[in-house]
Amino acid sequence: MLGWELPPHNSGGLGVACYQLCKALSKKGADIEFILPYTAAHPDITFMRVRPAHQQDVKEVIKAGTAYQSFKYVKHNGEVEYLDLHGQIRVYEEAVGKLVEWAEFDIIHAHDWLTCRAALRAKMMTGKPLVVHFHSIEADRAGREFGGNPMVRDIEALAAHIADRVVAVSQLTKDAIVREYGVPADKIEVVYNHSDPTDLLPGDGENVYRYLAYMKGLGYRTVVNVGRLTIQKGLPNLLHAFKEVLARAPRTFLLLVGDGEQKIELINLAADLGISHNVFFAGFQRGKRLRDAFAVGDLFVLPSISEPFGLVALEAIGYGTPVLISKQSGVSEVVRNCLKVDFWDVKRMADMITAVVQNDTLRDELHANSYREYLNRSWDHSADRLWDIYGRHVKHQHQGVAA
Amino acid sequence: MSRKAIVLYLHVHQPYRVRQYTIFDIGVDHQYFESSYDERTNNHRIMRKVAEKSYLPTNNRLLELLNRYPEFRLSLSITGTAIEQMEAWAPEALQSFKNLTDTGRVEIVAETYHHSLAFFYSRSEFEQQVKMHERKIQEVFGQTPKVFRNTELAYNNDLAYWADKAGYKGILAEGWDKVLGWRSPNFVYRPAYTDNIRLLMKNYRLSDDIAFRFGDRNWVGWPLTADKFVHWLNESGEATNFNLFMDYETFGEHQWDHTGIFEFLEHLPAEWLKHEGNTFMTVSEAVDAFEPRDQVDVPYTVSWADVERDLSAWLGNSMQTSAINALYGLEGLILGTGDLALIEDWRKLQTSDHFYYMCTKWFNDGDIHAYFSPYENPYDAFIAFMNAYNDLRFRLAEKGASV
Repeated sequence: MLGWELPPHNSGGLGVACYQLCKALSKKGADIEFILPYTAAHPDITFMRVRPAHQQDVKEVIKAGTAYQSFKYVKHNGEVEYLDLHGQIRVYEEAVGKLVEWAEFDIIHAHDWLTCRAALRAKMMTGKPLVVHFHSIEADRAGREFGGNPMVRDIEALAAHIADRVVAVSQLTKDAIVREYGVPADKIEVVYNHSDPTDLLPGDGENVYRYLAYMKGLGYRTVVNVGRLTIQKGLPNLLHAFKEVLARAPRTFLLLVGDGEQKIELINLAADLGISHNVFFAGFQRGKRLRDAFAVGDLFVLPSISEPFGLVALEAIGYGTPVLISKQSGVSEVVRNCLKVDFWDVKRMADMITAVVQNDTLRDELHANSYREYLNRSWDHSADRLWDIYGRHVKHQHQGVAA
Repeated sequence: MSRKAIVLYLHVHQPYRVRQYTIFDIGVDHQYFESSYDERTNNHRIMRKVAEKSYLPTNNRLLELLNRYPEFRLSLSITGTAIEQMEAWAPEALQSFKNLTDTGRVEIVAETYHHSLAFFYSRSEFEQQVKMHERKIQEVFGQTPKVFRNTELAYNNDLAYWADKAGYKGILAEGWDKVLGWRSPNFVYRPAYTDNIRLLMKNYRLSDDIAFRFGDRNWVGWPLTADKFVHWLNESGEATNFNLFMDYETFGEHQWDHTGIFEFLEHLPAEWLKHEGNTFMTVSEAVDAFEPRDQVDVPYTVSWADVERDLSAWLGNSMQTSAINALYGLEGLILGTGDLALIEDWRKLQTSDHFYYMCTKWFNDGDIHAYFSPYENPYDAFIAFMNAYNDLRFRLAEKGASV
C-alpha cells in the first residue's frame, strides 16, 4: 500500500481513509505493508506494518506541503537538498523502486496522485497488478472549472490508464475521472468511505468550546465547518450565506476549524461582510478540539465546490450533528437524510441554515434519521469491495498488499 | 529681541497587549492581558525593557538638564495604562517621572486614560476617560492638566470645540501641510469656531528628524548633532515656537543608545540657549506667551501617523472597523452591569494599539507597524481581539444581560 500520510501525521481526510481501509482490510486477512514518505512512530497501528520508503523526518514532508499545500526546503540524508512537493514525490518514487527489488507481495494499491509515480515504477519493475485509489483528483482540488496543475493531471491520467483497476471514493469522482481523463467507466469501481462509531473519540463531559456551549443555553446556535481553508471547500459562499443567516437569526455563530492558504482571504471577507463578531477561526485542530467542534454544532455545513467524498460530514453525524452538504460532494450519495444545496446557491444555503438554527425539531429529526443511516454503514463494506477487487487480480489465497 | 521657544513635548504610552487568546479560552479565563513572561505579548517584560532602555536613562538626562539649565522645560503626556504598568512593574521609572515634575518645569498634558479613540465613538465614554486620566495625574503628579491632546493627535474642529468648552487653554495637533497650507507651524493658532483655546501644531519635519530619521545613515541630515539642529532652527526665519512633539520612546527605544540620541538630547539645551532670546516653554507657557497668528480650520480628522496623517492605520480596513464597532456596541450593556472589572477590561480593549496591530498597510508605513506589533501578523491580532470581545459577551451573558 502506497500512501502519503497516516494519522496522527495527516493533514486531512486522506490519512484517515487510508488508516480505516487498511484496518478493515486486515480484518479480512490482508497482509499490508504501508509505505510512507517519512519516518514516524505509529504506536496505534498493529494491524499492518508501516514502513518509511526512506529516512526522513515527518516535519520535512509537512514543510514540503502535506498532501496539497505548497513547497519549502527539506534536509535529506544529512545533506541539504531543496525539494518542493514534486521533489519529494521523486525521492519517494526512487525509494519505493529500491524497496520493491526485494519485497514480496501480490498487489500494489496506491492512494492519490502523490504516490502515482512510485506506483507506476513499482508496477513496471515487478509486473504486479496495480490498483490506483483516487480520494480526489486535480480538478476537485483546483475548484473544478480551473482544471488544476497540468503536470498533476498528466500523472493522474497516466496512472489511471495504466492501472489494472481504478477506485474512486464516489460516483462523483468516478464521473470526474471519466470526464477529465477519458478512462473507461467500467474500469473504475466506486468504494465509499465511511466513519464508524468506534473511530470517534468518546465524549467526556464538558465541551472545550465552552463559550459556544454556554451560549446555546441562551438561544444561540452554532454552524460548523471542518476542513482546509482552500478554494475547493467553497467557504466564501458559506460566509456570504452566513451574512443572510445573521440578518434573520442574529444569535448564530459560525465555527470554522482548519487552516489553509485561504485563511487571510476568509478573515478579510468575514470582516467586509460585517459578520466577524460571530465567526470563529479556530485553526487546525485534532483530538478533543476536533471532536467537540463537531459536537458543539447545531448544523454542519459542507459547502464544497467539488468534494470527492467528504468524510467530515459522516463524522459530524456520528458526533450528533445534522449536515447540510453541497450537491457537488460525494458524501451526498450515501446520506439521504440531510439538506442538500448547490454550492453556488448562496440564497438557498442561507434559507436552509436559517431554518435549522431556528427550529430545533428540524435539527433533531434530521440528525436522528441520518444517524440511522450512519449506523447502517461500515468500513467493512468498503473493505469487502476492495477485497473483491484484489481477488480478481490475484490468483492465490494469501494476499499481501504492498509495494 | 524676539523670543523663540522650543516646545518639547513627549508622549509616554504602553498598552495592555492582548495575548494569543483563543476560542478555547473564552468563558474559561478572562486574563486577556496576561501571558507567560517570554511571550511577545507579555506586558510585564515589555515594561521592564522600555523602563530600562528608555524611561530611566532618558529621565536621568532630563533631570540633569533641568538642574543645569533653569530655562529648560518640557511637557509630557502619560497615559493611565502606562502609569498603571509602571506602578506594577517599574515603580522606579514612575518615580523618575515624578522627579521631573517636582522641578515645577515639566507640564503634564491631558488625554484619555486608556489611549482610546473614544472621541469618535462615544462622547460620554470619552469624557469619562479624560476625567479618569485627570484624576490619575492629580493623584500621581499633583498637577491638573490645562492643555489637551487626543490619542494619536487625532484632531478636528469638533475636538477643538469640545476642548474649548471643557476649559482647556490649549490643544495639540499635527502641523500637516494640507491643514496649514502656506502657513508655518512655528506659531500659536486659534482653532476655528472656538473662543479661548489655542492650537499648537507639531513641526513634523523637525520632530521627525529626531524621532524617525535620527539614526538613518542614508538620510542627508545624518549625523544629526545638536549644533546642526539648532542651526536649522535659528535659520528658520520668523517663528515664535518650535513644536517638537514625539513619542517619548524615541529616546532609547525607537532610536537606540548607539545612535547618539542621548548625546543629542544632552547638548540640545546648551546649543539652543547660546543665542539670546532662545528659550524653552511648556505647552501652557507657549499658549500664554504668544498671540495667535491665524485661525485654523480642520473639518476632517488629522492624526500624526503615516503619510496619510489620518486614522487609516487604526480604522483603515474592515477588520479594524468591525472590531471597534463591535466593542463600542457593547457600551450600554457593559456600563449597565456596574461591574468595575468588566468595565475596566472593556476600556483596556479600547486602547488604539489593538487596532493598530490589525493594520494591513504593509508597505512604506507598514514597516513601522510591524516593528511595534507583538503579533506575527494583523490577522492573529484580529482573532485574539475578537475572541476577547466574545469573552466580554460571555461575561455579560453570565450577568443576565441580553447579548
